[in-house]
Amino acid sequence: MTEKIQTVYHANQPANPKVALDGVDVFYGPKQAVFGVTMGIPDRSVTAFIGPSGCGKSTVLRTINRMNDTIDIARVTGSVKIDGEEVNAKDVDPVILRARVGMVFQKPNPFPKSIYDNIAYGPRIHGLASSKSELDDIVETSLKKAGLWNEVSDRLDQPGTGLSGGQQQRLVIARAIAVSPEVILMDEPCSALDPIATAKIEELIDELRENYCIIIVTHSMAQAARVSQHTAFFHLGDLVEYGGTEEIFTNPHDQRTQDYITGRFG
Amino acid sequence: MTDATSIREAVERRLAKRYRAEARFRSFGIAAICFAIAVLLLLLGSIGYQSISAFTVNELSLPVTLERERVDPRGDGSPESLRAGSYNGILQDALREQFPSVTERAQLRELFALYTPLNAARLLNEVAENPGLVGQTIYFDMPISDHADLYLQGRITDSVRAEQSVAASPSGVSGEVSIRTDEPAFASLMAAAQNDLTERAEALERRASRYRNRAEGMDAGSAAERLISDAATAEAQAEVLRASAASALEETSLSSDLQSRLVEINGGVVKVETISQGGRVATGRALLPLVSADAANSWTIRTIEVPETERRFSDAQIVWTDALADAGLVTERFNTYLFTNADSREPELAGVQGALIGSILTMFVTMLLAVPIGVFTAIYLEEFAPKNKLTDLIEVNINNLAAVPSIVFGLLGLAVFINFFGLPRSAPLVGGMVLALMTLPTVIISSRAALKAVPPSIREAALGVGASRTQTVFHHVLPLALPGILTGSIIGLAQALGETAPLLMIGMVAFIADAPSLAPGGLTEPATVMPVQIYLWSDGAERAFEARTAAAIIVLLALMIAFNALAVFLRRRFEKRW
Repeated sequence: MTEKIQTVYHANQPANPKVALDGVDVFYGPKQAVFGVTMGIPDRSVTAFIGPSGCGKSTVLRTINRMNDTIDIARVTGSVKIDGEEVNAKDVDPVILRARVGMVFQKPNPFPKSIYDNIAYGPRIHGLASSKSELDDIVETSLKKAGLWNEVSDRLDQPGTGLSGGQQQRLVIARAIAVSPEVILMDEPCSALDPIATAKIEELIDELRENYCIIIVTHSMAQAARVSQHTAFFHLGDLVEYGGTEEIFTNPHDQRTQDYITGRFG
Repeated sequence: MTDATSIREAVERRLAKRYRAEARFRSFGIAAICFAIAVLLLLLGSIGYQSISAFTVNELSLPVTLERERVDPRGDGSPESLRAGSYNGILQDALREQFPSVTERAQLRELFALYTPLNAARLLNEVAENPGLVGQTIYFDMPISDHADLYLQGRITDSVRAEQSVAASPSGVSGEVSIRTDEPAFASLMAAAQNDLTERAEALERRASRYRNRAEGMDAGSAAERLISDAATAEAQAEVLRASAASALEETSLSSDLQSRLVEINGGVVKVETISQGGRVATGRALLPLVSADAANSWTIRTIEVPETERRFSDAQIVWTDALADAGLVTERFNTYLFTNADSREPELAGVQGALIGSILTMFVTMLLAVPIGVFTAIYLEEFAPKNKLTDLIEVNINNLAAVPSIVFGLLGLAVFINFFGLPRSAPLVGGMVLALMTLPTVIISSRAALKAVPPSIREAALGVGASRTQTVFHHVLPLALPGILTGSIIGLAQALGETAPLLMIGMVAFIADAPSLAPGGLTEPATVMPVQIYLWSDGAERAFEARTAAAIIVLLALMIAFNALAVFLRRRFEKRW
């Protein structure tokens, strides 16, 4: 096996990271997919994970809310801490963890239920609302935060699957917001959307930054540059370079980062 | 330029070939579908045609007098006393009243064969339910015997009537009657008989010569000797036939292996036994007494085409049945007995109710066991079980179980449920358990396929908002998989509904004359199921069971179609798009 490459860390690393990864290895069966990723991700900002396909950026993302648990052959070692709490600890319930760490997937995946039930599902199973009116409030606030309220307020009982792709993705974000998470993970949230819908989502991400720690995996360099404050470049399972978005894009230290950003591979 | 055109030509040549291949494939497809439809229609058509006669029944409605001393011998109206009454005697008398001229023992036996004595029990039940009927005369409806029913439907023999306008004078009104005509009105019957006799003699002679030829080609021995002696017997028979044929034009005796001839004259019927004086005199027994012995100018010769020896319904019975029908005592109506009665030795009283209830009870047990166990097994294996050697082994075994011949499950049921656990034989409970074992693999496999077809994005979405695994499965995955699970389960149950072999092993093949009750207690009563009933009837000795078999098949098919329609309905009802 090749020697672990040294990650290049730019200056101004967050002093008090919301999410801290330390030596995270991920194995799929006998194959190692992620090699010793160590990084601190700041709160109330957007951090972009970029890199060519299969570089392990989604896998790293999924270690943060233990979605890798659902894959039988996946094994995670190393430490992932949120607010200094180890998420891989035995006494951490993944259900509670996932209530704190929301997730938005590549393909919009609303439940085949009404728009209202899509949003209300999380609060219901976690018992966040004690009355119907409280639940209505949560649904309304979440939809408003996701910028979808004006478009769907008059058809909350219609199926969520009847919305357009961009609306569905915002519905899914609203669903994630509804359980008041601290961290929102987004796995290529715009890859299935047209440019206009993408622009709306990006706008939304920018707004959400005020209140949440957002980590976004993206294939679009432009998107990373537009929405994120921090960028991490992954290559073949290694975290190659991590720092402020501007620095990474204007002054990449590693040759591979530079090649990728300038479009020479990937 | 030339290059371009040659490429184009090459493509066009190939294109024609490709289109031909496509057209060929399509025509094969259409031909296959047409063939399948034709075979299906043929099958359904033949079953439907055969079953028609079972769906109608000719009912005999006789005025019966319920004299107190015969119905209620002790005179206290108690159930015991009623049960001691001679109801069959009452029915016999009611029939005798219609034909007072029938007095001989043998003839009475034939007359009473027009209904089955099992109807006496039905009369008893009616009286027991309504004790007020005692002492009254009521019309009692009962299905006419299966042979009479088949005859009335024209399935035993055709008959032809030839109107005569020659003056004929009968010698009497009952007993032995001879009918004398001035002209040889019966000559054609003699010629026909002569023809018939000659033909049969020729057939016998041909057979005899065939035997002799074969014997010649063989070495001398016992086999050859036997052939020669058979040939000699045939020749002797042929000689007798030839002799009677030779004298047939002078005097003919119409034996019962010739077509029967009935003379209908003066409101009575005479069965012709001999014709003499060159066709001027026909003599025979009056099956139905004549009103008068006056000469008549308008009378009929009726020919029953199938000889009496080749049917199980005598000439006398034909005449009586027609007389009852003419008197308006026989009505054809929808055969409710088929649905309200359990099995019976007598086809006219046999019904599918017992088997239907047995099937319902058995399916109830099967559904109660196979569907929940199967669905939950599938959910566990698909959503929760770790993927390791053990679960792989279980999966392989389940797939193999689906291919195990069903009779093996029957043996298992016999050995385990009946012999080891001591559960009752022939019971729907055990039948349902055995069929549940057989259905389980189907339910598990189809449920797993349905669960697998639910997109993983739904699971991720649910897990992503913090649903537990169980919540994910029961809130999101299961509802989406439900249509597929239901379809698979119902198809599995429909398969079980049509299963015969395993039930034979556990004794559900018995003759059950009383339908089990639909209450839970019925689960341990002896019962049979529809496919087994079909199997039993297909073996039935009486010809009318043929139609009953086809009718039962139609009932079973209707049940299957209902089941499958339910599957389609549920699928539509619960299907959600995402």
